[in-house]
Amino acid sequence: MTNGYHIVVCGSVVPDPLQTLEPVQTPTGPALKNEMMLPAVLDPWAAHALYEAANLASKAAGSNSKVWLVSVGPKAKLQQVMMTIAQRVSFELVAVDASASGFADAHATAALLAETIQAIPGLDRSRLLVFGGWESASRGAGATMQLVGERLEILDQFQGVDQLSVQADGSFEVLERIEGGRHQVSVCPGPPALFGWATGNLPEPRNNPQVGMANMRTVMPALQRAKSVPLPAGGLHFLSASPPKQQRQTRVVKDLPAEQIAREIAEWISK
Amino acid sequence: MSQSILFLAHVSEAGNTLPKVSYEVLGAAVKLTKQLGARLTIGLIGADVAAAAETVAAAGAERILAVAGPEFASARYPSDAAAAEALCRAAGAELILAPATSRLMRVLAGVAHRLNGCVDTHVTSLESVNGELRATRWHYRQRIEAVIRRDARPWIVLLESGCEAAWAGASGVAKVEQIPVTLPQAATRTVVSGVRAPKSDAQTIRPDANLLFVAGAGWTKKQADGKTHIDQAETLILEFLRASGASLGGSKSLVDQTGESQAVLGFMTHLNQVGQTGSTPRHPKGLSACCHGEEPHVVGWRFINERRAVNLDPNCGWARGKADVLYVADAFEVLAKLNAILAQRSRTSADAVLQP
Repeated sequence: MTNGYHIVVCGSVVPDPLQTLEPVQTPTGPALKNEMMLPAVLDPWAAHALYEAANLASKAAGSNSKVWLVSVGPKAKLQQVMMTIAQRVSFELVAVDASASGFADAHATAALLAETIQAIPGLDRSRLLVFGGWESASRGAGATMQLVGERLEILDQFQGVDQLSVQADGSFEVLERIEGGRHQVSVCPGPPALFGWATGNLPEPRNNPQVGMANMRTVMPALQRAKSVPLPAGGLHFLSASPPKQQRQTRVVKDLPAEQIAREIAEWISK
Repeated sequence: MSQSILFLAHVSEAGNTLPKVSYEVLGAAVKLTKQLGARLTIGLIGADVAAAAETVAAAGAERILAVAGPEFASARYPSDAAAAEALCRAAGAELILAPATSRLMRVLAGVAHRLNGCVDTHVTSLESVNGELRATRWHYRQRIEAVIRRDARPWIVLLESGCEAAWAGASGVAKVEQIPVTLPQAATRTVVSGVRAPKSDAQTIRPDANLLFVAGAGWTKKQADGKTHIDQAETLILEFLRASGASLGGSKSLVDQTGESQAVLGFMTHLNQVGQTGSTPRHPKGLSACCHGEEPHVVGWRFINERRAVNLDPNCGWARGKADVLYVADAFEVLAKLNAILAQRSRTSADAVLQP
């Protein structure tokens, strides 16, 4: 192995997790109140996928590897998020100006992502690794990446990936999350393959202004080139969308000795 | 119109039954079959499905189909997708219900594409209203609940655990129709070599536990004496997990410290992470300690029924309707006392067993 990898990371923007989210009805279905005003971040699992992609590309033999970030989202939001993300790792942005709503259909989003990946000039399928989050923090379907993989005719797919190690013979050892806090271990001989990442093991990279400046040379033109695409509903109908109503009557216990609290908790546990 | 429903499952790791959640989904499938006057088919995947098929023989299915053989023993995308696709085509069902196990979550979206159908995952309920099927699922990580319907068929629905009563019936003789599937060479490139437990001193994730214990970043912060007490925190938490049989969860801020090379609880990994960017476990009870209970944490508690928290801040998120009881106290002290009580109870019950 190898001439390096062509790693395509699928990842979009989601509202900052600290924001309050309130659904509203629009003519095209549910949306978030003041959606365009909410600060956004790169989807956390997609971000892990991007960091893992950059790490793999930097370590690959020959170092002919390249990372693309394919991002479907509103152009203004993508621009805002890229100001931060572009400082962390090297990549080439491929942007599509379309809805990143959690209410968008996974099938429509996957079709758009696959079409965009196939149109990347110079992409070598024999070196292709498709990365993404195993779920998003918006739709949270855990379905989009598999649908992208099927459309790209990639048979070797892995979901909930926490570790990808390149072996001496060029094969990949992959750790996927399964039930009970364990990992399934698989060995895949090499590209093409698709990986839906869970958290991985890498820390968030520090901001590097030099990386940011290099990235921005391609990020801004990519955003300007981003075509605007409406996402079809695809026969998905929302009958309602509402925040959870359950509000508990919290009993706040103060000034109780630790011993007594412990007894109360022990009693509750054993019930 | 008479609909056809396929209940799709794989055998458990033990090989002689189905995963627990499968019986819950079978319960939903049987209920829906009756409501709609539909026909039920069961489809099973595994190395040998005979024993598992016997456990569902009395569910009232018209047919029990299987794709079986050594190449279908492991959870591998190409072989599982081929097996599931073959079962779905053989059943010809409009609605396909499956449990949200990691194995089926990995493949059924791809299968939906192959069938030119659609898929919805993490569904918490499925009901028929005037003959129209409606599914409920959460968006934005358990922060918005939506009810949806789909035009496309077949519709593959993966149901979450804990949402339906498990189907319970006697085992019986099952007449299983084998569906032949020949895998192309490309489908066997990947080899599953086994299962690895996380790097931790003990297994701390117990999906079937009655209690979820969630530790927050407060355990690694400076305490009243101005020093951190991480060793003490580790001992207290592990002792509590052993004594109570609880499953361990952690807030993002705590598990992230591992990757940032800060002093951390050695047994805490990202697999333990609960919340906005972690898991949403299902346990009857949850106890939080040293965690502020802000919204990103609490979305991971959406399916925890009874919730209690220990925190020094009486105005933390738990106090604002997120927990049933908030104890304003030092978690180190409370857990030490709690461990002593649980140990005492354990000794007492052991003594009682030994009494003639």
